[in-house]
Amino acid sequence: MAAESKTKYDRQLRIWGEQGQTALEKASICLLNCGPTGSEALKNLVLGGIGSITVIDGSKVEMHDLGNNFMLDEKSLGQSKAKCVCAFLQELNDAVKAKFVEESPETLIESTPSFFSQFTLVIATQLLENSLLKLDKICRQANVMLVVARSYGLTGLVRISLKEHTVVESKPDHFLDDLRLHCPWPELKEFANNIDLNVKDPVVHKHTPYIVILIRLAEKWAQAHGGCLPSTRQEKKEFKDEIKAHMLNLDEENYKEAIEASFKVSAARGISSQLRQVINDSAAEVELTSSDFWVMVAALKEFVENEGDGEPPLEGSIPDMTSLTEYYVSLQKIYQAKAESDCLAVEQRVRTILKRVGRDHCAISKATIRNFCKNARKLTVRRYRCIEDEFKSPILPELQKYLADEDSSVAVGFYILLRAVDRFAANYNRFPGAFDGEIDEDVTRLKTIAIGILSDSGFHGPTLSEDLINEMCRFGAAEVHAVAAFVGGVASQEVIKLTTKQFVPLAGTFIFNGIDHKSQVLAL
Amino acid sequence: MTEMGRWRDIDKLLARPGNIISPGFEPSPQLREEIGGLVRVLVVGAGGLGCELLKDLALSGFKNIDVIDMDTIEVSNLNRQFLFRIHDVGKSKAEVAAKRVMERVSGVNITPHFCRIEDKDIEFYSDFNIIVLGLDSIEARSYINSVACSFLEYDPDDNPVPETIKPMVDGGTEGFKGHARVIVPGTTPCFECNIWLFPPQVKFPLCTLAETPRTAAHCIEYAHLIKWDEVHNGKTFDPDDPEHMQWVYSEALKRAELFGITGVTYSLTQGVVKNIIPAIASTNAIVSAACALEALKLVSGCSRTLSNYLTYNGLEGTHIKVTDFIRDKDCLVCGPGTLIELDSSVTLLQFMELLGKHPQLRLSKPSITHRGNNLYMQAPPVLEEMTRSNLQLPLFDLIDKVPKDTVHVSGTTEKNDKRTTCLRKLRVVFKDQVNGVTSMDTAGAN
Repeated sequence: MAAESKTKYDRQLRIWGEQGQTALEKASICLLNCGPTGSEALKNLVLGGIGSITVIDGSKVEMHDLGNNFMLDEKSLGQSKAKCVCAFLQELNDAVKAKFVEESPETLIESTPSFFSQFTLVIATQLLENSLLKLDKICRQANVMLVVARSYGLTGLVRISLKEHTVVESKPDHFLDDLRLHCPWPELKEFANNIDLNVKDPVVHKHTPYIVILIRLAEKWAQAHGGCLPSTRQEKKEFKDEIKAHMLNLDEENYKEAIEASFKVSAARGISSQLRQVINDSAAEVELTSSDFWVMVAALKEFVENEGDGEPPLEGSIPDMTSLTEYYVSLQKIYQAKAESDCLAVEQRVRTILKRVGRDHCAISKATIRNFCKNARKLTVRRYRCIEDEFKSPILPELQKYLADEDSSVAVGFYILLRAVDRFAANYNRFPGAFDGEIDEDVTRLKTIAIGILSDSGFHGPTLSEDLINEMCRFGAAEVHAVAAFVGGVASQEVIKLTTKQFVPLAGTFIFNGIDHKSQVLAL
Repeated sequence: MTEMGRWRDIDKLLARPGNIISPGFEPSPQLREEIGGLVRVLVVGAGGLGCELLKDLALSGFKNIDVIDMDTIEVSNLNRQFLFRIHDVGKSKAEVAAKRVMERVSGVNITPHFCRIEDKDIEFYSDFNIIVLGLDSIEARSYINSVACSFLEYDPDDNPVPETIKPMVDGGTEGFKGHARVIVPGTTPCFECNIWLFPPQVKFPLCTLAETPRTAAHCIEYAHLIKWDEVHNGKTFDPDDPEHMQWVYSEALKRAELFGITGVTYSLTQGVVKNIIPAIASTNAIVSAACALEALKLVSGCSRTLSNYLTYNGLEGTHIKVTDFIRDKDCLVCGPGTLIELDSSVTLLQFMELLGKHPQLRLSKPSITHRGNNLYMQAPPVLEEMTRSNLQLPLFDLIDKVPKDTVHVSGTTEKNDKRTTCLRKLRVVFKDQVNGVTSMDTAGAN
């Protein structure tokens, strides 16, 4: 990467690295409708150096656009909105290829469905239900990712639609390190056994790393307890007391760290239920057309059942801890060597599987396999229902739960009402509350439609709050800039996660609640 | 140019009555104009959040905006601070940001202030109806918070006097995470009430750096904090000087090699030495949008306000949580003020000495004002000279012989081994005078 780009993107390279940046720079994004929601979403991506953008909008810039869209100015009035927004976006980053098409998204969806297959991802903003359902099918067919964003008064939504998204580098916030204190392998055990816990030199004593302390004391405990490690609350407390008894004085940091980390010796053996679900997924029964991800999962499954003895490949890194430099560096090497040998075993299995399904046995690089092994415990798979399926048959128990729960009742209310306004628009050719004089009538009409949507879904319970329906009519389909910036911001955040294949994207529909900010993700 | 229909969308919220609103909402087609004409908003910081805030506020009906930032534009800002271009590098952030937004959004007036927040006197801050913070440091937040809270007055029943409340909206981000909060001094917790939300940064013990380094960061901090001073006698390390950074990097590399430690890179060296917080456009956009929306609600009442702390986490899905934190009734900053009982003979100098010894305050180098008048100023030298003669006068005389009143003191205080600038509100009571006045009042009533 060029030095200037490295400096320019420094603050984000620290998050997704050069690999993530390369993935962004390869992505081509299509935006449908460039109102403030779409313009803001693209703005964040252009700044970050996305590969290319194509803005689709058939409208001309009107006065009201200048009140909510920063990517337009007075000189834009009367001109193509797509052209003007595209030009202002291009100003933000000349490394991005920016194009526009002056055409209404609805027309394009109807007339040229094949148009969308050239993109990595489509961001559909302010698109009504009918067109959206068609677009969703087109994108799924063409394997193009779809992110939907909508701003509406003080509410809005973001949803993702695609068949399957697999993540190796999910980079969770707090994740337990992989130290294997409960089942040390021979080399690690040997290293620990060669260190004298009761060493006379106080400097060495207070610089014995907690990994060594815990392995030694856990072994001692197991010998006294028929091979079992501390498991009950009482036993864990006794184990801590045992550690404390080895302290020469109370300010030995390494022993304090050992007490704090003592729970790690009681970690459950084997793999997490989340990982079990991944390796037991039917996609892990691989064939010629399986993705690299699933080929590696198949190899991982074999590894866990064979060399791994129930455990995934070792991650290989250790956290910083109070220690002599020499001890720490030796430990690092022991962990790295084990990780390397685990990785080698997985690699051999990957090669065999590739050959078996009829692919080149070198089709997946060693670096890719190593990265996969390092993140094996954190693999994540997301699958999304087609939007039409969700609309026709939402998961009823979830819907009931959301409606009954105080924290999510507003969000699910907005979810229903955001669909209701589209049906309203289909019936009346305008949104509820479009005119000041007809708000009261629109409230009644919107309520009828909302109840209809609920009963079509098979739900016949208490209806939505009157206040919320009133507010929805008050909004009159306004696209308020701050709301659009928020919703567009969330949409761009999800686009980044999808294109870099890092971090974990949204699981359901994100409903923005601009009233008290109790926004929610609804999985329906 | 006719403005007809320009504000169609935002006016749906401001001109129409609603069912879920804040007390005092008076919808009317003129409300937006009134806000634009009457409300003055201060944006503190013109960086990642500040750029977004200026845009969002300008498109939310605010027309009188000031922005303050001491920083100049750097290349590494350009991945998110969208108002800046490569040819702006080196210019004032506040000035360029103000200019760009005014060029794009006609009718909005943004006044930039290219200086430190401490450079402005208290009166500057008192002119604003609302302060929006887009900062990345705890110290700066703490300072603005103490300034805003210093205007707060309480009535005799200890309820905040509405006209003296200066609301703040504060945002912050780090990578895919961020927060937005609403601070209504006297009603919701101020920044200091739950300062524990911002734990101080953990530093490596010097003995680890000197004797038992284990990580790349240890080697870097050794070169930066220990080796630099050993080699360069008296020359201060400048993190913005690439030669200095290169020196630290190569020294760290040598040390790492010596101890068999891997992972020292130039990028990590910069990150550790400058304590770089990763930042991306989308998170800044999300947090700023929430702040701007809350600012609009605070001045208009057009919807319910955030109560009172929002956290955003985009690492796994899009997770938003709202927490209703509780005010610390005894907060030194937003409470009714620290009570100090004195004798009316105490001179200003004696009073200042007392502040240094006060167990809760421990204020050194104090500058003291009373109702906007400078009683004693440490700086600038002209003001110091002008106010020096007050030091020998009794405080009681200096505050017009009022037996009970509030004075503001700014100075430095030590917290976690760090000296920070702070502003404190003190309620001084002259014991020997209070009783006298009471009996006079009683006499008058008879």
